[in-house]
Amino acid sequence: MLLIHCPYCSERRPEIEFGYAGEAHIARPVQPDTLSDAEWETYLFVRTNARGRHFERWRHVHGCGRFFNAVRDTVTDRFERTYKAGEPRPGEADGWTGQSGDMS
Amino acid sequence: MTRFSFATLAAKAIGHHKSWPQQWPDAAPKAAYDAVIVGAGGHGLGAAYYLARKYGITNVAVIDKGWLGGGNTGRNTTIIRSNYLYDESAFLYDHAVKLWDGLSRELNYNVMYSKRGVLMLAHNVHDVQSFKRHIHSNRLNGVDNEWLTAEEAQAYCPPLSIDPRARHPVLGAALQRRGGTARHDSVAWGYARGAAALGVDIIQNCAVTGIRRDADGAVSGLETERGFIATRKIGVSAAGNSSVVMDMAGLRFPLESFPLQALVSEPVKPFFPCVVMSNTVHAYMSQSDKGELVIGAGTDAYVSYSQRGAMHIVEHTLAAICEIFPVVRRMKMLRNWGGIVDVTPDRSPILGKTPVKGLYVNCGWGTGGFKATPGAADLLAYTIAKDEPHPINAPFNLDRFRSGRLIDEAAAAAVAH
Repeated sequence: MLLIHCPYCSERRPEIEFGYAGEAHIARPVQPDTLSDAEWETYLFVRTNARGRHFERWRHVHGCGRFFNAVRDTVTDRFERTYKAGEPRPGEADGWTGQSGDMS
Repeated sequence: MTRFSFATLAAKAIGHHKSWPQQWPDAAPKAAYDAVIVGAGGHGLGAAYYLARKYGITNVAVIDKGWLGGGNTGRNTTIIRSNYLYDESAFLYDHAVKLWDGLSRELNYNVMYSKRGVLMLAHNVHDVQSFKRHIHSNRLNGVDNEWLTAEEAQAYCPPLSIDPRARHPVLGAALQRRGGTARHDSVAWGYARGAAALGVDIIQNCAVTGIRRDADGAVSGLETERGFIATRKIGVSAAGNSSVVMDMAGLRFPLESFPLQALVSEPVKPFFPCVVMSNTVHAYMSQSDKGELVIGAGTDAYVSYSQRGAMHIVEHTLAAICEIFPVVRRMKMLRNWGGIVDVTPDRSPILGKTPVKGLYVNCGWGTGGFKATPGAADLLAYTIAKDEPHPINAPFNLDRFRSGRLIDEAAAAAVAH
């Protein structure tokens, strides 16, 4: 079972308290009526499905109830980091390499 | 290839079984092939076999990063059925069930297809109405499926508890008598032996690292750990790793890969005569010929390639099994494992051409690909040979996610997912 750090509760809790909510950082279209069929397909159905580092949403259903984002390696299932919803996607530009393993 | 028969068995017995030849050689990659199949599971090996036998394309390689049959082919719960709601699905899965019949004879290899019947339990009014709708739809499509009362279901499967005081009482069941099980390893081995005898190279422990395309965008070959292989036709049958392989051709797919767990009990004497599935309590069970109870359920919640899942999923599954079959409560579980299943948004597979010329795909079978093995293999071979889909797999194209013409078996709830 995964142990997941909730950035709102600042606690690492067992997976059964959480609900998985799919890939993170998929922005809802601002003007849906202007979208082409191909763009709808991408938004609704196409997923990165990364083998390796994966950005994903979780919800602390049986805790604070809030959504947050996580970076997890899908081969080892090890979490690299969790962060609050609305925060930018961690990347090289922030000087973050994903190697810190900071789960505190 | 030595043909298996009573005569050869007797002849080899005289020599103390020391002169059996290798069933298929472990081939090294050649510089070029007419077609290459990525993924040496049942689907991929079967596609190579049908390409050689039905379409005369014998200069074919099947390439795998591991050993043949070592992925989901060897990790499933071996259930075969075709009682799907929609016409497209019924035709697709029943095509496979028709091929299961006679597969052992065709391959001269015993795949142990056992038509022991698949019983799907109805636990509430919604289940009853939904299953009866399935039964009517199936029968219109020529797929056998019949309604049993709770008492009839128990007569068919005596270990089943129909106690009305149960939390989820059994109100009845849908029975597909042609459904059943097969020995999954034998399917991979049988197809491998058959394909190799027709000239197909089976290349194991050789991961594909890239797909090379020419100036027109058509595929021109595969980069592998053991060098470049030139080919104009690539069939990808890579299950949970389909997204990874398609990414090498610059394609993003509507797929997510989840761990799906299964487990077996200690072996006991035969007491469980059929396959029983329950979508409501979410578990399914059968008994293998070795005597082990083979048990499975739903996927873990999150995307993963780790080939293992969480214990609470197993606990939930076993709680459901103990509820329906109180007789197994004191049995011990022996082994538990996970496979990585590639799931589409509508829970139907993608089987056909891709936007890249010369690249064909067979993926998205999700939690139920084993039952379709011979059918998917045959249709993938047809699609590669003719460069167009067969009418049976034409609706299962990639374009349906753009056009909106989904085959929504997820909403139809014919599958335990």
